[in-house]
Amino acid sequence: MALRQFKLPDVGEGLTDGEILQWLVAVGDTVTVNQPLCEVETAKAAVELPSPYAGTVTALLFEAGTTVDVGTPIITIDDGADAPAAAPAPAGAGAEAAAGGPAESAEPAAGLIGGAAPGGRTAVLVGYGPRTTEARRRPRRGGPPPARPAATPGADYGSGGQDRPPLLATAPDMTVKPVRHGGLEVGRQAEAHAAAEEAATALGAAPGRGRLRPLAKPPVRKLAKDLGVDLAALTGTGAGGVITREDVTAAAAGPAPEAVPDAVVAAAPVATAGEQRVPVKGVRRATAQAMVASAFTAPHVTEFLTVDVTRMMKLRQRIAARPEFAGVKVSPLLFVAKALLLAARRHPMVNSSWDEAAQEIVVHGQVNLGIAAATPRGLLVPNVKDAGRLSLAELAAALTELTETARAGRTAPGDMTGGTITITNVGVFGVDTGTPILNPGESAILAFGAVRELPWVHKGKVRPRQVTQLALSFDHRIVDGELGSRFLADVGALLSDPGTALAF
Amino acid sequence: MSVSSATTEVVDPVPGAAAPHLPAQPDLVQLLTPEGERVEHPDYAIDVSAEELRDLYRDLVLVRRWDVEATALQRQGELGIWASLLGQEAAQIGAGRALADGDVAFPTYREHGVAWTRGVDPLHVISLFRGVDNGGWDPVATAFNLYTVVIGAQCLHATGYAMGLQRDGAESAALAFLGDGATSQGEVNEAMIWAASFSAPVVFFCQNNQYAISVPLERQTRVPLYQRAAGFGFPGVRVDGNDVLAVLAVTRAALAAAREGQGPTFIEAFTYRMGAHTTSDDPTRYRLASELEEWKLRDPIARVKAYLSRSGVADAAFFDAVEAEADELAKRIRTGTVEMPDPPGTAMFDQVYAEQTPPLAAQQAEFEAYQASFEGSGH
Repeated sequence: MALRQFKLPDVGEGLTDGEILQWLVAVGDTVTVNQPLCEVETAKAAVELPSPYAGTVTALLFEAGTTVDVGTPIITIDDGADAPAAAPAPAGAGAEAAAGGPAESAEPAAGLIGGAAPGGRTAVLVGYGPRTTEARRRPRRGGPPPARPAATPGADYGSGGQDRPPLLATAPDMTVKPVRHGGLEVGRQAEAHAAAEEAATALGAAPGRGRLRPLAKPPVRKLAKDLGVDLAALTGTGAGGVITREDVTAAAAGPAPEAVPDAVVAAAPVATAGEQRVPVKGVRRATAQAMVASAFTAPHVTEFLTVDVTRMMKLRQRIAARPEFAGVKVSPLLFVAKALLLAARRHPMVNSSWDEAAQEIVVHGQVNLGIAAATPRGLLVPNVKDAGRLSLAELAAALTELTETARAGRTAPGDMTGGTITITNVGVFGVDTGTPILNPGESAILAFGAVRELPWVHKGKVRPRQVTQLALSFDHRIVDGELGSRFLADVGALLSDPGTALAF
Repeated sequence: MSVSSATTEVVDPVPGAAAPHLPAQPDLVQLLTPEGERVEHPDYAIDVSAEELRDLYRDLVLVRRWDVEATALQRQGELGIWASLLGQEAAQIGAGRALADGDVAFPTYREHGVAWTRGVDPLHVISLFRGVDNGGWDPVATAFNLYTVVIGAQCLHATGYAMGLQRDGAESAALAFLGDGATSQGEVNEAMIWAASFSAPVVFFCQNNQYAISVPLERQTRVPLYQRAAGFGFPGVRVDGNDVLAVLAVTRAALAAAREGQGPTFIEAFTYRMGAHTTSDDPTRYRLASELEEWKLRDPIARVKAYLSRSGVADAAFFDAVEAEADELAKRIRTGTVEMPDPPGTAMFDQVYAEQTPPLAAQQAEFEAYQASFEGSGH
C-alpha cells in the first residue's frame, strides 16, 4: 500500500497559513479524487479542499480549529497502490501516520515539481509558498568564503543581519490582516486610532521646532520601529539634525530599560497545570481590538432598570397570532428593539457618534440597529439598516434574517459596518443583566436580560409577574446621565405598558 | 447581414444591470431559451446542423470539465491560481466557433473556452497558471493570442492588429475579448475610439459577468453596456451570453460585417460568473446566494441538452459518450499537470527576443555561471 500525504496548499496567492474549520471526512472513509476533504479558512476566503487522491483516509493530522502552515501535511490517504519496490513501506507505517508521524508518501520523480532537485533541494512546489528555511548558499568550490562587507548605512535594506530582524517584513502583519466578517473594518478603525495617537504624540514631541515628526529616512524609521526605538527621543547626528541608522542602532544598544515594576510582572498569566493556550485570531482578535478601543476611548456609564413586562409578553402572543406575522419570529427581543427605536426617535442624541478628528458629535439621521449575535466563530454585531423606518413585521423579518445569517457565518461585511446603536440579548443565556461595552463608534448599547416570573407588587398586591432587567451603557462624552436615564426610562415604559407607544 | 440599427439607439437610461431578469430585456438577442426552446430573432437567423449542435454541446461540457478540474488542482496546490469560466461557457464557445480562418482572437486570462475552439491544448493554458511558462501555445499557429492579464490592454492589441489587416487588404477580423470591468479602463475606450475612427475590422466581445471582481456592474455604468457603443459611433448589441446559438449568430454577423469593411461592433454577452473571480477570491462576501440560484436556472449547458433531447438530435448514448470523454480529459489534465516538468532556470532568456542580443547572452552566461557555483548543482 502507498500512503499519500496532502499538504496544505496556498489557495490564495501568497498565504502562509490557514485554519482547518472542519473535516468533511473521517479516518476509514473511502474518498475519490476531488471529493471535498475539509473546509479551510484563510485570510482571504473559506474554501473546501478537494482530495488529490482516491483511497482510504488513514489519518487526519490536525484537529478542526487548528491553524496550519502552508506546506504542512494535513491528511494521509492510502491509495491502495503497491509501494514502489525500491522503497517498501516500513512496518507500522500506518500506525506512525496515525500518530502524526511521517508517512511513506510516494514522492514525485526527480526533476518534477515536488521531486528531488540537484543540490539536495526540493523542486519548487507550485502554490506551496516559500520555503520556511533560510536559503543558505554553499561556499564556492576551491575559494575562501568571501568576507562580509562592512555594513554601510542604507546599503543593507531588506536583507537584515543575524543581529536584527529583516527590514522588510516577509510575513503579513497579523494585526492588520484582513479577517472574515468585518474584521477588516475593525482593523482599519484600530489603525486609524493608532495613527491618530501617533500624530498626537508627534505633535507633542517637538513643539519648539515646529516639526510634526523627527527627521529620518524611511528605512531608518522602519529600523527604529523594528528595534522599538522612539525616534522622537533621539537627537539626530546627521546633516540638518537628521536621525541616522547609527543613531538608531546606538540607541537600541544603549542602557537597558528600567526594571519592570512588580505589578506588571504579576499581571503576566499564571502558569497552571493542564493549561491550554488558544491562539488569538480571526473574530476573537477583531473583537478584542474593538473592545479595547471602545473601553479605553469612550468613558462608559451603565444604568439599570427592572421592568414588569407582563403586558408586553401578552401583547407578543396577540401579535404573533396575526396573519402578517406568520413565518417570522415574534420574540421579546423584537419588542425591545421596537421600544429602543421609538425612544431613540424621542432622544436622537443617543444615536450618535463622537468624531474626534473634527471635534464634533455626529447625530445620525437613521438608526442602524446592531444586534450582538453569538455565532460558532465568535461575537458578531450585524445591524439592520434604517431600522426606524420598518414596521414591526418588517423589523421581525429583518431581525430573524440577520441572526440566522450571522449564525450561519454568512454575514456580508456591509451588514457589519455602519451600526449606530446596539442591543445585546444576554437574557437568552439565562442571565439577568450586565454592563455591556459599547460597539466602537456608537454611543449607547442596551443589554436585555432574562424574562423571569417573580413576585412583584402589582396594583397594591404581590403577584407573580414577568419581570426583566435592562442595562444601558452610554458614552458619557455624548450622553449625560439625564439623557441616558430618560432614554432608559422610556424604553422601560414602552415595555411595561406598550400602549405608551401611542404617546410617542 | 447587417447588425440591427435599432440596437444602437440610445434609449432612456435603464438600470438594466440592477435587475438582471432576462425576460424583462427587450433588446436581448436570444435563440435558445433557458428552458431549451428554440426561438427566432428577426436580425439573427441561424441554421445549425444536428452535428454542429452536438459539437457545441460537446465543447460546452468539455471546457466546463476542464475548468472544474483546474479549480480542483489549484485547491490541491498544483496551480498557483485559476480563473474559472464557470457559467460563461456558452459566451466563449459561441464566440470562438464564430471565428473563421484568418481571424485572430485576443483573449483576457479567462478565455479557456475560446482557447479550446482554437485547438489550444488545455495543458498549455494550465502551464501558465502553474507558473511554468507564459502560455505554452503558439499564438500564430492557433490564431489565439497569449493571455493578457493587464485589464483591457488586449483591446489595443486587437485594434492595432485589425488596422494591420486593413492595410494588408486581408478579409479577416480581430476579435477582442473583455469583461464588464474593463469597460472602465482607458485602454478599452482608446481602442474603441481608434477602431471607430479607422473603421478597423475588430469586434469587441464583452462578457458582462456582472462583477468586476467584487464591484457590481451598476457601480460602473448608468446605461446598459451595449449602448455605450453608440457613443463611439458603431453598433452595439446585447446577446444572451448563456445561449450558445445566439452568441454564435451575433458574433458571426459582427465578424462578417468587420471583414466586409463595415467597421467594429460591440457585443455585450450578458452572462454570470458562477464561480469566484479567481481562486484567490471569495464571492460570498459580495453577492447573494439567491442571485446565484437565479442564474443556475439559466445554465448554458442545460438548455442545449434539453433542446438536443427534445428535438431528438441526441440520445442518452451520446450524452454518456460526452461524459466519458470529459472524464478522460479531466484525467489527462490531472496527470499532465502533476507530471509537468519545471522549466530550466534559463528558459526566461529564450523568449525575450526572436534573436538573442549580445547583452542578454552575456546575462544568460552570468546567470548560468552563478547557478553552477552551487555545490553539486546540475545547472
